[in-house]
Amino acid sequence: MDLYTETILDHYEHPHHTGTLASPDVHVAEYNLLCGDRIELDCAFTNKGAIADVAFVGSGCALSQAGMSILSDWSIGKSRNDIAALSHDDVQSMIGSPITPARLKCALLGLGALKRIYEPYHSNS
Amino acid sequence: MTIETIKKEFPIFSRRINGKPLVYLDNASTSQKPSAVLDALTNFYTTSNANIHRGIHTLSEEATERYEATRKSVARFINAAVAEEIVFTKNCTESINLVARTWGHASIRRGDHILVSALEHHANLIPWQELARKKHAKLFVIPLTSSFELDMEAYDKLLSRKTKIVCVTTQSNVIGTRPPMKEMIKKAHAVGARVMVDGAQSVGHQRTDVVSMGCDFFAFSAHKMLGPTGVGVLYADYDILETLQPFLYGGDMVTSVEREHAVYRDAPWRFEAGTPNIADVVAFRAAIEFLEEIGMDTIESHDARCVAAAREALAGFARVRVFAPESGASCVAFTVDGIHPHDVATIFNSEGVAIRSGLHCAEPLVKDLGVPALSRMSFYLYNTMEDVAVARQALEKVFRIFSLTSNP
Ligand SMILES: Cc1ncc(COP(=O)(O)O)c(C=O)c1O
Repeated sequence: MDLYTETILDHYEHPHHTGTLASPDVHVAEYNLLCGDRIELDCAFTNKGAIADVAFVGSGCALSQAGMSILSDWSIGKSRNDIAALSHDDVQSMIGSPITPARLKCALLGLGALKRIYEPYHSNS
Repeated sequence: MTIETIKKEFPIFSRRINGKPLVYLDNASTSQKPSAVLDALTNFYTTSNANIHRGIHTLSEEATERYEATRKSVARFINAAVAEEIVFTKNCTESINLVARTWGHASIRRGDHILVSALEHHANLIPWQELARKKHAKLFVIPLTSSFELDMEAYDKLLSRKTKIVCVTTQSNVIGTRPPMKEMIKKAHAVGARVMVDGAQSVGHQRTDVVSMGCDFFAFSAHKMLGPTGVGVLYADYDILETLQPFLYGGDMVTSVEREHAVYRDAPWRFEAGTPNIADVVAFRAAIEFLEEIGMDTIESHDARCVAAAREALAGFARVRVFAPESGASCVAFTVDGIHPHDVATIFNSEGVAIRSGLHCAEPLVKDLGVPALSRMSFYLYNTMEDVAVARQALEKVFRIFSLTSNP
Protein backbone atom coordinates (compact mmCIF):
# COMPACT_ATOMS: atom_id res chain seq x y z
CA MET A 1 0.00 0.00 0.00
CA ASP A 2 1.83 3.02 -1.29
CA LEU A 3 -0.26 5.74 0.34
CA TYR A 4 0.42 4.63 3.88
CA THR A 5 4.19 5.09 3.89
CA GLU A 6 6.13 4.95 7.11
CA THR A 7 6.37 8.74 7.04
CA ILE A 8 2.61 9.15 6.90
CA LEU A 9 1.96 6.54 9.55
CA ASP A 10 4.68 8.00 11.81
CA HIS A 11 3.27 11.48 11.59
CA TYR A 12 -0.25 10.16 12.13
CA GLU A 13 0.64 8.15 15.21
CA HIS A 14 3.09 10.70 16.64
CA PRO A 15 2.12 14.06 15.16
CA HIS A 16 4.44 17.04 15.62
CA HIS A 17 3.33 20.43 16.94
CA THR A 18 0.12 19.25 18.49
CA GLY A 19 -1.78 21.04 21.23
CA THR A 20 -2.38 24.74 21.66
CA LEU A 21 -0.11 27.76 22.13
CA ALA A 22 -0.17 29.73 25.40
CA SER A 23 -0.61 33.04 23.62
CA PRO A 24 -1.30 32.60 19.94
CA ASP A 25 -1.53 35.60 17.62
CA VAL A 26 -4.13 33.85 15.51
CA HIS A 27 -6.36 30.84 15.86
CA VAL A 28 -7.85 29.36 12.70
CA ALA A 29 -9.97 26.33 11.91
CA GLU A 30 -10.33 24.33 8.74
CA TYR A 31 -12.95 21.67 8.13
CA ASN A 32 -13.61 19.10 5.54
CA LEU A 33 -17.35 18.88 5.91
CA LEU A 34 -17.74 15.91 3.63
CA CYS A 35 -15.48 13.69 5.70
CA GLY A 36 -15.77 15.28 9.09
CA ASP A 37 -12.03 16.10 9.17
CA ARG A 38 -11.14 19.05 11.37
CA ILE A 39 -8.02 21.03 12.21
CA GLU A 40 -7.65 23.91 14.63
CA LEU A 41 -4.38 25.74 14.35
CA ASP A 42 -2.73 28.27 16.68
CA CYS A 43 0.04 30.45 15.32
CA ALA A 44 2.46 32.94 16.88
CA PHE A 45 4.35 35.44 14.74
CA THR A 46 7.86 36.87 14.97
CA ASN A 47 8.27 40.67 15.04
CA LYS A 48 8.54 40.59 11.29
CA GLY A 49 5.34 38.64 10.86
CA ALA A 50 6.92 35.30 10.02
CA ILE A 51 5.73 32.13 11.69
CA ALA A 52 7.44 31.66 15.05
CA ASP A 53 5.48 28.68 16.25
CA VAL A 54 2.36 26.65 15.49
CA ALA A 55 0.30 24.07 17.32
CA PHE A 56 -2.73 22.14 16.13
CA VAL A 57 -5.45 19.90 17.37
CA GLY A 58 -7.50 17.91 14.93
CA SER A 59 -9.36 14.78 14.13
CA GLY A 60 -9.77 12.94 10.91
CA CYS A 61 -8.09 10.51 8.60
CA ALA A 62 -4.40 9.64 8.66
CA LEU A 63 -3.73 11.71 5.59
CA SER A 64 -5.26 14.93 6.88
CA GLN A 65 -3.59 14.70 10.29
CA ALA A 66 -0.17 13.54 9.04
CA GLY A 67 -0.35 16.24 6.37
CA MET A 68 -0.84 18.94 9.00
CA SER A 69 2.01 17.53 11.06
CA ILE A 70 4.38 17.59 8.08
CA LEU A 71 3.31 21.10 7.15
CA SER A 72 3.75 22.29 10.75
CA ASP A 73 7.40 21.20 10.68
CA TRP A 74 7.88 22.99 7.40
CA SER A 75 6.08 26.18 8.42
CA ILE A 76 8.32 27.32 11.27
CA GLY A 77 10.24 30.43 10.20
CA LYS A 78 8.27 30.84 6.98
CA SER A 79 7.03 34.26 5.88
CA ARG A 80 3.66 35.42 4.67
CA ASN A 81 4.99 35.21 1.10
CA ASP A 82 6.24 31.67 1.60
CA ILE A 83 2.79 30.60 2.74
CA ALA A 84 1.10 32.45 -0.11
CA ALA A 85 3.40 30.70 -2.60
CA LEU A 86 2.85 27.22 -1.16
CA SER A 87 1.03 25.15 -3.78
CA HIS A 88 -0.88 21.90 -3.91
CA ASP A 89 2.06 20.31 -5.70
CA ASP A 90 4.45 21.42 -2.97
CA VAL A 91 2.27 19.73 -0.37
CA GLN A 92 1.97 16.57 -2.44
CA SER A 93 5.72 16.31 -2.77
CA MET A 94 6.23 16.93 0.97
CA ILE A 95 3.76 14.15 1.74
CA GLY A 96 5.53 12.01 -0.80
CA SER A 97 2.80 9.41 -1.37
CA PRO A 98 0.69 9.05 -4.49
CA ILE A 99 -2.66 10.63 -3.69
CA THR A 100 -5.82 9.74 -5.58
CA PRO A 101 -8.21 12.58 -6.48
CA ALA A 102 -10.72 11.40 -3.89
CA ARG A 103 -8.16 11.75 -1.12
CA LEU A 104 -6.68 15.05 -2.29
CA LYS A 105 -8.97 17.13 -0.09
CA CYS A 106 -7.77 15.17 2.95
CA ALA A 107 -4.15 15.80 2.05
CA LEU A 108 -4.78 19.49 1.47
CA LEU A 109 -6.68 20.19 4.70
CA GLY A 110 -3.49 21.37 6.43
CA LEU A 111 -2.65 23.64 3.53
CA GLY A 112 -6.07 25.23 3.88
CA ALA A 113 -5.45 25.85 7.58
CA LEU A 114 -2.01 27.40 6.94
CA LYS A 115 -3.38 29.72 4.28
CA ARG A 116 -5.99 30.99 6.72
CA ILE A 117 -3.32 32.24 9.11
CA TYR A 118 -2.80 35.28 6.95
CA GLU A 119 -6.45 35.90 6.22
CA PRO A 120 -7.44 38.38 8.92
CA TYR A 121 -11.06 37.89 7.98
CA HIS A 122 -10.95 34.30 9.15
CA SER A 123 -9.05 34.76 12.38
CA ASN A 124 -10.49 36.00 15.59
CA SER A 125 -7.50 37.86 16.97
CA MET B 1 -30.14 -17.44 -14.89
CA THR B 2 -29.84 -18.10 -11.18
CA ILE B 3 -28.56 -16.04 -8.32
CA GLU B 4 -25.49 -18.26 -8.01
CA THR B 5 -24.19 -17.50 -11.48
CA ILE B 6 -25.41 -13.96 -11.76
CA LYS B 7 -22.08 -12.16 -11.63
CA LYS B 8 -21.46 -13.32 -15.20
CA GLU B 9 -24.34 -11.14 -16.36
CA PHE B 10 -22.48 -8.00 -15.26
CA PRO B 11 -19.56 -7.17 -17.57
CA ILE B 12 -17.95 -4.84 -15.02
CA PHE B 13 -16.90 -7.81 -12.92
CA SER B 14 -14.16 -8.59 -15.40
CA ARG B 15 -12.52 -5.36 -14.19
CA ARG B 16 -9.57 -5.54 -11.86
CA ILE B 17 -8.94 -2.83 -9.31
CA ASN B 18 -5.33 -2.46 -8.16
CA GLY B 19 -4.67 -5.83 -9.73
CA LYS B 20 -7.44 -7.53 -7.74
CA PRO B 21 -10.86 -8.73 -8.89
CA LEU B 22 -13.51 -6.10 -8.21
CA VAL B 23 -15.55 -6.72 -5.07
CA TYR B 24 -18.34 -4.19 -5.30
CA LEU B 25 -19.89 -3.39 -1.92
CA ASP B 26 -21.18 0.10 -2.67
CA ASN B 27 -24.59 -0.90 -3.97
CA ALA B 28 -26.46 1.57 -1.78
CA SER B 29 -24.75 4.32 -3.81
CA THR B 30 -25.51 2.77 -7.16
CA SER B 31 -25.79 -0.72 -8.57
CA GLN B 32 -23.89 -2.27 -11.46
CA LYS B 33 -25.68 -2.91 -14.76
CA PRO B 34 -26.32 -6.29 -16.41
CA SER B 35 -25.66 -6.84 -20.12
CA ALA B 36 -29.41 -6.94 -20.67
CA VAL B 37 -29.65 -3.27 -19.68
CA LEU B 38 -26.56 -2.23 -21.63
CA ASP B 39 -27.87 -4.08 -24.68
CA ALA B 40 -31.29 -2.45 -24.37
CA LEU B 41 -29.60 0.94 -24.35
CA THR B 42 -27.56 0.23 -27.45
CA ASN B 43 -30.50 -1.43 -29.11
CA PHE B 44 -32.70 1.62 -28.62
CA TYR B 45 -30.14 3.97 -30.12
CA THR B 46 -29.35 1.62 -32.99
CA THR B 47 -32.92 0.70 -33.92
CA SER B 48 -35.60 3.03 -32.57
CA ASN B 49 -34.06 6.37 -31.70
CA ALA B 50 -36.44 9.30 -32.17
CA ASN B 51 -38.18 11.87 -30.04
CA ILE B 52 -41.41 10.80 -28.39
CA HIS B 53 -44.97 12.07 -28.36
CA ARG B 54 -44.31 14.28 -31.37
CA GLY B 55 -43.78 12.45 -34.63
CA ILE B 56 -46.11 10.37 -36.68
CA HIS B 57 -43.21 8.60 -38.35
CA THR B 58 -42.42 5.01 -37.49
CA LEU B 59 -39.40 5.66 -35.32
CA SER B 60 -41.19 8.21 -33.19
CA GLU B 61 -44.08 5.85 -32.68
CA GLU B 62 -41.71 3.05 -31.69
CA ALA B 63 -39.78 5.26 -29.32
CA THR B 64 -43.00 6.48 -27.72
CA GLU B 65 -44.27 2.95 -27.37
CA ARG B 66 -41.07 1.73 -25.75
CA TYR B 67 -40.92 4.71 -23.41
CA GLU B 68 -44.51 4.17 -22.32
CA ALA B 69 -43.92 0.43 -21.99
CA THR B 70 -41.45 1.15 -19.18
CA ARG B 71 -44.13 3.18 -17.41
CA LYS B 72 -46.36 0.11 -17.47
CA SER B 73 -43.52 -2.11 -16.22
CA VAL B 74 -42.79 0.25 -13.35
CA ALA B 75 -46.46 0.38 -12.40
CA ARG B 76 -46.64 -3.42 -12.37
CA PHE B 77 -43.36 -3.70 -10.45
CA ILE B 78 -44.55 -1.54 -7.55
CA ASN B 79 -48.19 -2.59 -7.93
CA ALA B 80 -49.56 0.83 -8.80
CA ALA B 81 -53.19 0.72 -9.89
CA VAL B 82 -52.55 2.43 -13.24
CA ALA B 83 -49.48 3.41 -15.28
CA GLU B 84 -50.64 7.05 -15.18
CA GLU B 85 -49.56 7.16 -11.55
CA ILE B 86 -45.92 6.91 -12.67
CA VAL B 87 -43.97 10.10 -13.42
CA PHE B 88 -40.46 9.91 -14.86
CA THR B 89 -37.91 12.35 -13.46
CA LYS B 90 -34.14 12.35 -13.51
CA ASN B 91 -33.64 10.79 -10.07
CA CYS B 92 -35.20 10.17 -6.69
CA THR B 93 -34.08 13.60 -5.52
CA GLU B 94 -36.00 15.30 -8.31
CA SER B 95 -39.08 13.18 -7.58
CA ILE B 96 -39.12 14.37 -3.96
CA ASN B 97 -38.50 17.96 -5.01
CA LEU B 98 -41.44 17.65 -7.40
CA VAL B 99 -43.73 16.78 -4.49
CA ALA B 100 -42.36 19.52 -2.26
CA ARG B 101 -42.67 22.12 -5.00
CA THR B 102 -46.11 21.17 -6.33
CA TRP B 103 -48.10 19.49 -3.58
CA GLY B 104 -46.10 21.23 -0.86
CA HIS B 105 -46.42 24.65 -2.37
CA ALA B 106 -50.19 24.28 -2.71
CA SER B 107 -50.90 22.57 0.59
CA ILE B 108 -48.56 23.79 3.32
CA ARG B 109 -49.52 26.90 5.28
CA ARG B 110 -48.00 28.95 8.06
CA GLY B 111 -47.81 26.97 11.28
CA ASP B 112 -48.39 23.55 9.65
CA HIS B 113 -46.24 20.66 10.80
CA ILE B 114 -43.96 18.63 8.54
CA LEU B 115 -42.53 15.44 10.02
CA VAL B 116 -39.31 13.88 8.73
CA SER B 117 -37.64 10.81 10.16
CA ALA B 118 -34.16 10.91 11.65
CA LEU B 119 -33.12 8.32 9.06
CA GLU B 120 -33.62 10.52 6.01
CA HIS B 121 -31.10 10.97 3.25
CA HIS B 122 -30.57 14.68 2.47
CA ALA B 123 -32.87 14.13 -0.54
CA ASN B 124 -35.88 13.65 1.73
CA LEU B 125 -34.86 16.31 4.23
CA ILE B 126 -33.63 19.44 2.49
CA PRO B 127 -36.66 19.94 0.17
CA TRP B 128 -38.85 19.89 3.32
CA GLN B 129 -36.53 22.23 5.25
CA GLU B 130 -36.77 24.63 2.37
CA LEU B 131 -40.56 24.31 2.11
CA ALA B 132 -40.93 24.86 5.86
CA ARG B 133 -38.76 27.96 5.66
CA LYS B 134 -40.69 29.45 2.74
CA LYS B 135 -44.10 28.69 4.20
CA HIS B 136 -43.28 29.38 7.86
CA ALA B 137 -44.22 25.81 8.66
CA LYS B 138 -42.54 23.76 11.40
CA LEU B 139 -40.26 20.82 10.72
CA PHE B 140 -40.15 18.05 13.35
CA VAL B 141 -37.91 15.00 13.45
CA ILE B 142 -39.06 11.49 14.37
CA PRO B 143 -36.09 10.36 16.48
CA LEU B 144 -34.23 7.07 16.71
CA THR B 145 -34.33 4.66 19.62
CA SER B 146 -31.08 3.45 21.15
CA SER B 147 -31.34 0.36 18.96
CA PHE B 148 -31.43 2.49 15.77
CA GLU B 149 -35.09 1.96 14.98
CA LEU B 150 -37.55 4.84 14.58
CA ASP B 151 -39.12 5.75 17.91
CA MET B 152 -42.80 4.95 17.43
CA GLU B 153 -43.85 6.43 20.76
CA ALA B 154 -42.25 9.72 19.83
CA TYR B 155 -43.95 9.48 16.43
CA ASP B 156 -47.36 9.09 18.07
CA LYS B 157 -46.70 12.19 20.16
CA LEU B 158 -45.53 14.26 17.19
CA LEU B 159 -48.55 13.43 15.05
CA SER B 160 -51.45 15.83 15.28
CA ARG B 161 -54.09 17.53 13.17
CA LYS B 162 -51.41 20.11 12.38
CA THR B 163 -49.28 17.45 10.66
CA LYS B 164 -49.67 17.86 6.91
CA ILE B 165 -47.04 15.44 5.65
CA VAL B 166 -44.79 12.70 7.01
CA CYS B 167 -41.57 12.07 5.08
CA VAL B 168 -39.95 8.73 5.68
CA THR B 169 -37.63 6.28 3.98
CA THR B 170 -38.42 2.59 3.54
CA GLN B 171 -34.81 1.77 4.35
CA SER B 172 -31.93 3.84 5.71
CA ASN B 173 -29.07 4.14 3.24
CA VAL B 174 -26.60 4.28 6.14
CA ILE B 175 -27.64 1.63 8.67
CA GLY B 176 -30.33 -0.25 6.76
CA THR B 177 -33.18 0.36 9.25
CA ARG B 178 -36.60 -0.46 7.78
CA PRO B 179 -39.32 1.50 9.57
CA PRO B 180 -42.80 -0.05 9.94
CA MET B 181 -44.24 1.68 6.88
CA LYS B 182 -47.83 0.43 7.01
CA GLU B 183 -48.23 1.38 10.65
CA MET B 184 -46.69 4.81 10.12
CA ILE B 185 -48.78 5.56 7.05
CA LYS B 186 -52.00 4.45 8.72
CA LYS B 187 -51.34 6.72 11.67
CA ALA B 188 -50.47 9.65 9.43
CA HIS B 189 -53.66 9.19 7.43
CA ALA B 190 -55.66 9.02 10.64
CA VAL B 191 -54.72 12.66 11.37
CA GLY B 192 -55.24 13.67 7.74
CA ALA B 193 -51.56 13.88 6.77
CA ARG B 194 -50.02 12.76 3.48
CA VAL B 195 -46.99 10.48 3.40
CA MET B 196 -43.94 10.94 1.20
CA VAL B 197 -42.04 7.67 1.03
CA ASP B 198 -38.42 7.59 -0.12
CA GLY B 199 -38.12 4.13 -1.60
CA ALA B 200 -34.63 4.55 -3.09
CA GLN B 201 -32.95 1.92 -0.95
CA SER B 202 -35.61 -0.74 -0.78
CA VAL B 203 -37.25 -0.82 -4.19
CA GLY B 204 -34.50 -2.92 -5.78
CA HIS B 205 -34.13 -5.10 -2.69
CA GLN B 206 -37.58 -6.15 -1.57
CA ARG B 207 -41.05 -6.49 -3.05
CA THR B 208 -42.85 -3.14 -3.24
CA ASP B 209 -46.60 -2.76 -3.13
CA VAL B 210 -47.60 0.89 -2.98
CA VAL B 211 -51.27 -0.02 -2.62
CA SER B 212 -50.95 -2.26 0.40
CA MET B 213 -48.36 0.11 1.89
CA GLY B 214 -50.91 2.89 1.40
CA CYS B 215 -48.48 5.70 0.66
CA ASP B 216 -49.45 8.87 -1.16
CA PHE B 217 -46.06 9.47 -2.81
CA PHE B 218 -43.24 7.01 -3.45
CA ALA B 219 -39.92 8.07 -5.01
CA PHE B 220 -36.92 6.14 -6.27
CA SER B 221 -34.05 6.04 -8.79
CA ALA B 222 -33.50 3.48 -11.54
CA HIS B 223 -29.74 3.44 -11.04
CA LYS B 224 -29.87 1.70 -7.66
CA MET B 225 -31.88 -1.20 -9.13
CA LEU B 226 -29.72 -2.25 -12.10
CA GLY B 227 -31.10 0.50 -14.34
CA PRO B 228 -29.28 3.39 -15.99
CA THR B 229 -28.46 6.68 -14.29
CA GLY B 230 -30.64 9.66 -15.14
CA VAL B 231 -34.03 8.05 -14.52
CA GLY B 232 -36.11 8.68 -11.43
CA VAL B 233 -39.65 7.69 -10.64
CA LEU B 234 -42.38 9.38 -8.70
CA TYR B 235 -45.44 7.32 -7.93
CA ALA B 236 -48.40 9.32 -6.68
CA ASP B 237 -51.95 8.30 -6.00
CA TYR B 238 -53.75 9.50 -9.14
CA ASP B 239 -56.40 11.34 -7.17
CA ILE B 240 -53.64 13.54 -5.80
CA LEU B 241 -51.47 13.64 -8.90
CA GLU B 242 -54.22 15.00 -11.13
CA THR B 243 -54.76 17.96 -8.80
CA LEU B 244 -51.13 19.09 -8.85
CA GLN B 245 -49.79 22.01 -10.85
CA PRO B 246 -46.90 21.32 -13.23
CA PHE B 247 -43.35 21.32 -11.91
CA LEU B 248 -41.47 22.41 -15.04
CA TYR B 249 -42.97 24.20 -18.01
CA GLY B 250 -42.31 23.93 -21.74
CA GLY B 251 -42.82 21.53 -24.60
CA ASP B 252 -44.47 18.11 -24.30
CA MET B 253 -46.50 18.98 -21.23
CA VAL B 254 -49.16 20.96 -23.06
CA THR B 255 -52.23 20.18 -25.17
CA SER B 256 -52.75 23.61 -26.69
CA VAL B 257 -50.79 26.79 -26.51
CA GLU B 258 -51.61 30.37 -27.33
CA ARG B 259 -49.32 33.38 -26.90
CA GLU B 260 -50.85 34.28 -23.55
CA HIS B 261 -51.74 30.95 -22.04
CA ALA B 262 -51.55 27.21 -22.38
CA VAL B 263 -53.54 24.15 -21.49
CA TYR B 264 -51.61 21.43 -19.74
CA ARG B 265 -51.75 17.74 -20.43
CA ASP B 266 -53.09 15.27 -17.92
CA ALA B 267 -50.84 13.68 -15.36
CA PRO B 268 -48.31 12.15 -15.59
CA TRP B 269 -47.24 13.84 -18.87
CA ARG B 270 -47.93 17.26 -17.37
CA PHE B 271 -44.88 16.66 -15.18
CA GLU B 272 -42.55 15.59 -17.96
CA ALA B 273 -41.68 18.84 -19.72
CA GLY B 274 -39.15 18.77 -22.51
CA THR B 275 -37.48 15.75 -24.09
CA PRO B 276 -37.11 13.19 -21.33
CA ASN B 277 -34.31 10.68 -20.89
CA ILE B 278 -35.90 8.40 -23.48
CA ALA B 279 -33.15 5.85 -24.01
CA ASP B 280 -32.45 5.32 -20.33
CA VAL B 281 -36.15 5.02 -19.53
CA VAL B 282 -36.42 2.39 -22.28
CA ALA B 283 -33.41 0.48 -20.93
CA PHE B 284 -34.79 0.70 -17.40
CA ARG B 285 -37.45 -1.79 -18.43
CA ALA B 286 -34.76 -4.40 -19.01
CA ALA B 287 -33.58 -3.85 -15.43
CA ILE B 288 -37.06 -4.38 -14.05
CA GLU B 289 -37.49 -7.54 -16.08
CA PHE B 290 -34.13 -8.80 -14.88
CA LEU B 291 -35.16 -8.27 -11.25
CA GLU B 292 -38.52 -9.92 -11.87
CA GLU B 293 -36.85 -12.93 -13.42
CA ILE B 294 -34.66 -13.44 -10.36
CA GLY B 295 -37.54 -12.58 -8.05
CA MET B 296 -37.62 -9.91 -5.37
CA ASP B 297 -38.07 -12.41 -2.56
CA THR B 298 -34.98 -14.29 -3.71
CA ILE B 299 -33.03 -11.03 -3.78
CA GLU B 300 -34.23 -10.04 -0.33
CA SER B 301 -33.17 -13.31 1.24
CA HIS B 302 -29.85 -13.23 -0.62
CA ASP B 303 -29.18 -9.73 0.77
CA ALA B 304 -30.08 -10.98 4.23
CA ARG B 305 -27.52 -13.80 3.95
CA CYS B 306 -24.83 -11.31 2.94
CA VAL B 307 -25.71 -8.99 5.81
CA ALA B 308 -25.65 -11.86 8.30
CA ALA B 309 -22.27 -13.05 7.00
CA ALA B 310 -20.82 -9.54 7.11
CA ARG B 311 -22.07 -8.90 10.64
CA GLU B 312 -20.57 -12.19 11.70
CA ALA B 313 -17.23 -11.40 10.03
CA LEU B 314 -17.07 -8.00 11.73
CA ALA B 315 -18.08 -9.39 15.10
CA GLY B 316 -14.69 -11.09 15.19
CA PHE B 317 -12.92 -7.72 15.63
CA ALA B 318 -13.13 -6.12 19.07
CA ARG B 319 -12.10 -2.73 17.69
CA VAL B 320 -14.92 -2.72 15.18
CA ARG B 321 -18.27 -1.24 16.08
CA VAL B 322 -21.15 -2.45 13.97
CA PHE B 323 -24.43 -0.56 13.62
CA ALA B 324 -26.90 -3.36 13.41
CA PRO B 325 -30.55 -2.45 13.86
CA GLU B 326 -32.74 -5.51 14.03
CA SER B 327 -34.71 -4.40 10.98
CA GLY B 328 -31.47 -3.54 9.16
CA ALA B 329 -31.30 -4.75 5.57
CA SER B 330 -28.89 -4.81 2.62
CA CYS B 331 -26.04 -2.99 4.29
CA VAL B 332 -23.73 -3.01 7.29
CA ALA B 333 -22.28 0.21 8.67
CA PHE B 334 -19.25 0.13 10.94
CA THR B 335 -16.44 2.12 12.47
CA VAL B 336 -12.96 1.02 13.46
CA ASP B 337 -11.70 2.40 16.74
CA GLY B 338 -8.71 4.67 16.07
CA ILE B 339 -8.94 4.61 12.27
CA HIS B 340 -10.86 7.07 10.15
CA PRO B 341 -13.39 5.55 7.71
CA HIS B 342 -11.58 7.13 4.77
CA ASP B 343 -8.42 5.27 5.63
CA VAL B 344 -10.47 2.09 5.95
CA ALA B 345 -12.03 2.66 2.51
CA THR B 346 -8.67 3.47 0.91
CA ILE B 347 -7.16 0.25 2.20
CA PHE B 348 -10.23 -1.76 1.15
CA ASN B 349 -9.82 -0.25 -2.31
CA SER B 350 -6.22 -1.42 -2.44
CA GLU B 351 -7.67 -4.94 -2.18
CA GLY B 352 -10.20 -4.27 -4.93
CA VAL B 353 -13.07 -3.81 -2.47
CA ALA B 354 -15.31 -0.80 -3.09
CA ILE B 355 -17.04 0.49 0.05
CA ARG B 356 -18.41 3.90 0.93
CA SER B 357 -17.14 5.97 3.81
CA GLY B 358 -18.05 9.37 5.18
CA LEU B 359 -21.41 10.93 5.95
CA HIS B 360 -23.42 9.12 3.25
CA CYS B 361 -25.56 12.17 2.41
CA ALA B 362 -27.21 11.79 5.81
CA GLU B 363 -25.21 14.13 7.99
CA PRO B 364 -27.78 14.64 10.77
CA LEU B 365 -28.23 10.87 11.10
CA VAL B 366 -24.49 10.27 11.36
CA LYS B 367 -24.37 12.91 14.12
CA ASP B 368 -27.20 11.11 15.94
CA LEU B 369 -25.15 7.93 15.79
CA GLY B 370 -22.43 9.80 17.67
CA VAL B 371 -19.59 9.22 15.21
CA PRO B 372 -17.78 11.66 12.93
CA ALA B 373 -18.21 9.37 9.92
CA LEU B 374 -18.60 5.68 9.14
CA SER B 375 -17.86 2.98 6.61
CA ARG B 376 -20.54 0.94 4.90
CA MET B 377 -20.64 -2.31 3.00
CA SER B 378 -23.84 -2.60 0.98
CA PHE B 379 -24.87 -5.73 -0.84
CA TYR B 380 -26.83 -6.78 -3.87
CA LEU B 381 -27.81 -9.86 -5.80
CA TYR B 382 -24.37 -10.44 -7.36
CA ASN B 383 -22.41 -10.37 -4.10
CA THR B 384 -21.13 -13.66 -2.78
CA MET B 385 -19.86 -15.13 0.46
CA GLU B 386 -16.44 -14.92 -1.18
CA ASP B 387 -16.90 -11.13 -1.39
CA VAL B 388 -17.54 -11.00 2.35
CA ALA B 389 -14.40 -13.08 2.94
CA VAL B 390 -12.31 -10.70 0.82
CA ALA B 391 -13.74 -7.75 2.76
CA ARG B 392 -12.75 -9.46 5.98
CA GLN B 393 -9.18 -9.87 4.71
CA ALA B 394 -9.13 -6.21 3.70
CA LEU B 395 -10.10 -5.32 7.26
CA GLU B 396 -7.23 -7.40 8.58
CA LYS B 397 -4.95 -5.42 6.30
CA VAL B 398 -6.27 -2.18 7.82
CA PHE B 399 -5.14 -3.39 11.24
CA ARG B 400 -1.76 -4.51 9.89
CA ILE B 401 -1.03 -1.17 8.24
CA PHE B 402 -1.93 0.79 11.33
CA SER B 403 -0.01 -1.69 13.50
CA LEU B 404 -3.06 -2.27 15.64
CA THR B 405 -3.97 -5.64 16.90
CA SER B 406 -7.47 -6.38 15.79
CA ASN B 407 -8.37 -7.65 19.26
CA PRO B 408 -6.79 -5.45 21.95
C1 LIG C 1 -32.41 6.78 0.85
C2 LIG C 1 -32.03 7.57 -0.34
N1 LIG C 1 -32.83 8.55 -0.77
C3 LIG C 1 -32.54 9.28 -1.84
C4 LIG C 1 -31.39 9.08 -2.56
C5 LIG C 1 -31.10 9.98 -3.71
O1 LIG C 1 -31.05 9.30 -4.89
P1 LIG C 1 -30.54 10.07 -6.19
O2 LIG C 1 -29.18 10.58 -5.85
O3 LIG C 1 -30.53 9.04 -7.25
O4 LIG C 1 -31.50 11.18 -6.44
C6 LIG C 1 -30.52 8.07 -2.16
C7 LIG C 1 -29.29 7.78 -2.91
O5 LIG C 1 -28.23 8.26 -2.73
C8 LIG C 1 -30.83 7.32 -1.01
O6 LIG C 1 -30.02 6.36 -0.57
